[in-house]
Amino acid sequence: MERRKFGKKLFTLVVSSTVFGGLLKKANAQTKDYDPSKHYYGMGIQTNKCIGCGKCVEACKDENNVPKEPFFFRTWVERYTIKKDGEVTVQNIDSRITTHRDNIFEKEILRSFFVPKLCNQCDNPPCVQVCPVGATFKTEDGVIIVDDERCIGCRYCIQACPYGARYLHPEKQTADKCTFCYHRITKGLPPACVEVCPSQARIFGDLKSGASPLGRFKRLFKLHVLKPFLNTEPKVSYSDLDGEVR
Amino acid sequence: MKKFLTKLPEQAGRLLIVFIVFIALVLLVRFLLPASLKDHNIHIQNTVATEMSRQVRYAGSEVCASCHDEYNLKKNGYHKNLSCETCHGTLKEHSENPTEIKPLVPRQRDFCTRCHAFDPSRPTGFPQINPSAHNPMKACVSCHNPHDPKPPNVPQECQACHAEIARTKAISSHVMLECTICHEVPTQHKVAPRNVKASIPAEREFCGKCHSTQSIIKETSKVDLATHGEKYLCWQCHYPHMPEVE
Amino acid sequence: MIQPLHQTLYELLKQATGFIYPNEIEVHWGILVVVYPYLTGLVAGAFILASLVKVFNVKEVQSVYRLSLLTALAFLIIAPLPLLLHLGHPERSFEIFLNPNFTSAMAMFGFVYAWYLMVVLLLEIWFTYRKDIILWSKNERFMMRWIHKIISLFSTDVSEKSVIFDKKMVKVITIIGIPSAFLLHGYVGFIFGSIKANPWWSSVLMPIVFLFSAIVSGIALVILIYMIVTPSRRQEIDMACLDKMASFLFYAVIIDFSLELLDFIHRLYESEESIKILSDLVMNKLFISLGIIQVLLGMLLPLGVMVAIKFFRFDAELRKLLYFVSAILIQLGIFATRWNVVVGGQMFSKSFRGLTAYKMELTGFEGIFMALLLLVLPFIVLAILVKILPPWEPAPVSDLEAVSD
Repeated sequence: MERRKFGKKLFTLVVSSTVFGGLLKKANAQTKDYDPSKHYYGMGIQTNKCIGCGKCVEACKDENNVPKEPFFFRTWVERYTIKKDGEVTVQNIDSRITTHRDNIFEKEILRSFFVPKLCNQCDNPPCVQVCPVGATFKTEDGVIIVDDERCIGCRYCIQACPYGARYLHPEKQTADKCTFCYHRITKGLPPACVEVCPSQARIFGDLKSGASPLGRFKRLFKLHVLKPFLNTEPKVSYSDLDGEVR
Repeated sequence: MKKFLTKLPEQAGRLLIVFIVFIALVLLVRFLLPASLKDHNIHIQNTVATEMSRQVRYAGSEVCASCHDEYNLKKNGYHKNLSCETCHGTLKEHSENPTEIKPLVPRQRDFCTRCHAFDPSRPTGFPQINPSAHNPMKACVSCHNPHDPKPPNVPQECQACHAEIARTKAISSHVMLECTICHEVPTQHKVAPRNVKASIPAEREFCGKCHSTQSIIKETSKVDLATHGEKYLCWQCHYPHMPEVE
Repeated sequence: MIQPLHQTLYELLKQATGFIYPNEIEVHWGILVVVYPYLTGLVAGAFILASLVKVFNVKEVQSVYRLSLLTALAFLIIAPLPLLLHLGHPERSFEIFLNPNFTSAMAMFGFVYAWYLMVVLLLEIWFTYRKDIILWSKNERFMMRWIHKIISLFSTDVSEKSVIFDKKMVKVITIIGIPSAFLLHGYVGFIFGSIKANPWWSSVLMPIVFLFSAIVSGIALVILIYMIVTPSRRQEIDMACLDKMASFLFYAVIIDFSLELLDFIHRLYESEESIKILSDLVMNKLFISLGIIQVLLGMLLPLGVMVAIKFFRFDAELRKLLYFVSAILIQLGIFATRWNVVVGGQMFSKSFRGLTAYKMELTGFEGIFMALLLLVLPFIVLAILVKILPPWEPAPVSDLEAVSD
């Protein structure tokens, strides 16, 4: 009789401790040393520093398990070439295809440059607005992330994103997108693309912190965001952005 | 109330019951569901927690500095802003298990040319070369230390004026030969190049040192000087900066 | 054969012209999402036809009132299926009820749908049929008797007073029903029209265009069903009824056509940033499905035919033939309309610099066979509904006397 009672008690103890332990663990991971209310992230892109090496694209795919095929990108780099006759050619720099352009002679070029693209982490995100189940949302520190355990794969958010920054993860069948490497930035590391960029074309920072490279960037340059007329209020801003870039 | 119910037509009463039962069922199901299924805030917390707990793969240069001296060399050179992982790949696993997991050590030319090959879209001022003219047979690391890249110490004196010859030679099988092996260059040549000229090999035997059948040097193509075009000097048929006959 | 996704995408990559954002190669909303607004359009259209009969008391069309209600129900039951099947995770679809995001037009789907199904359509059908169901169940054998009893919720009152109450309720529900039907399909238009990122979709006119094309397709469908079912029951087609429906159809097509023309002219005249790529889209990718099928075959030709019928006195047989052909053409045209909106809206890059391609599979969830199945299923459901609730004539009065005795 006594033994049975003891067994029962032990059982409840084990169960409750594992359950509570699990809860505590989750809570801990979130609160330990990190207070999201003290941060608000943004990125600056100095267009005329980008050399189009595609390192950022590779690093992003490595860091975030993005499928390697050239149809799934959390970040990518576009090459713009404006010829003297006004014709505009745009290409996606696929890291596995050589960076050399085909069919355009150097003498015909009026100007040419690279533009890195990624999720703009809009302050007024259309993707969050349309998600039927609230599986994508803006965190307190301003990053848009997707709950892949709740996303139903309806792809409405992909349709709603004006920047083509989202894709349907072919294995998970859920929407996927840039998170500013949320697992890195909450530990104080820069996003993978920023870490590997050889020419500091990408400047990551906290809009709430005082002096920072991002602050300097915002002070020093005339800035522009992509498709401002859509009122998405991007937190990724570009310096020296050419009018041809969409 | 009772009056209203008795006044209600029979069929309306039945419908009402069905609706009430339905609504009650819906409410009951909602009430019985655990909070984890219906509470948006819990979802958000969990998603943020899983997102934060994801594995970091790019460790950051500070981690490398604790073991590798190259870091100190690099931090004063032109590559000072380059992250170690830009070239060496993801290093988090290496930093945790340095003996088992080794980083990438790229030595191929096309690794460096990904950033440094000439490309009209690249910002002017960024150091670029033409890979098919710039010592195409040599690995970049044989002249440039990637941790402290500088223009190499080989004399550039001839190239300054004889750039075309230098470029031609650079893709020829004579690429490894210094200019001074074949040409004697008086110091005055640099001051008054038209008055004081460099020498040109005047004897067949000079080329024969490497190319005659009696030569002790192994890797070169051989001819019998006694029977091969005995009336001419070698360079009258072969262009030594780009010897076309193998 | 279903190819692996990457293989398909590599093929599509070769067909893309100009520049597209790299994530845009995959067309996310395929044939199933074309079928979905097509089906809901038929629901709304058939229901609005039925409501016109009730509200304006159109005597001629009275005989198809019940048929169009059942048609609406049959298509409404199947309508969510294509949506469900196209989801990456259909098993999570319940989330839309548990955690609806109230700013999402799509999240409102569940509520609009539930409202329309439960409060409007089922109620209207129930009140319309209640007396007859009770009377039928009196003289029936075991199976049907119980089915009817359950459907009638074991109601037994067929007194004059309660029948009058039924009729009153039908009136009330019809009045709620018309805006609800507008809501149901206007909302589908809103799903597309509210996407500011996509200039092909983003238009205030979108819900209204959707609505009127829905009415067009719904009326045409009821005409088709009526013309097929009546002869197969060895009955004469009632030409007065057919003419009246055709004339409703005619007006609906005119409104629909004017709206689409307005949309077209408006875009062309405003000539915004996107106009270049949209003209490219229309001239290259959508020329057949929009220019030929939607406008020429699906709209202008039937319009011309119906104008001719109004002007010349054709005999009944020729009129029947012409109505039948026009109704089929209109169905084709409206399906093309849905295709052009849904697939067309994904055929150009949001960078406005290039066009993508779409390759339809034969089999699989997103395949043609599945789409055909989903288009046939409502008719099977309709056949079952017609078996249970024959829409032809009310129960004979003799039964009523038998009850009152």
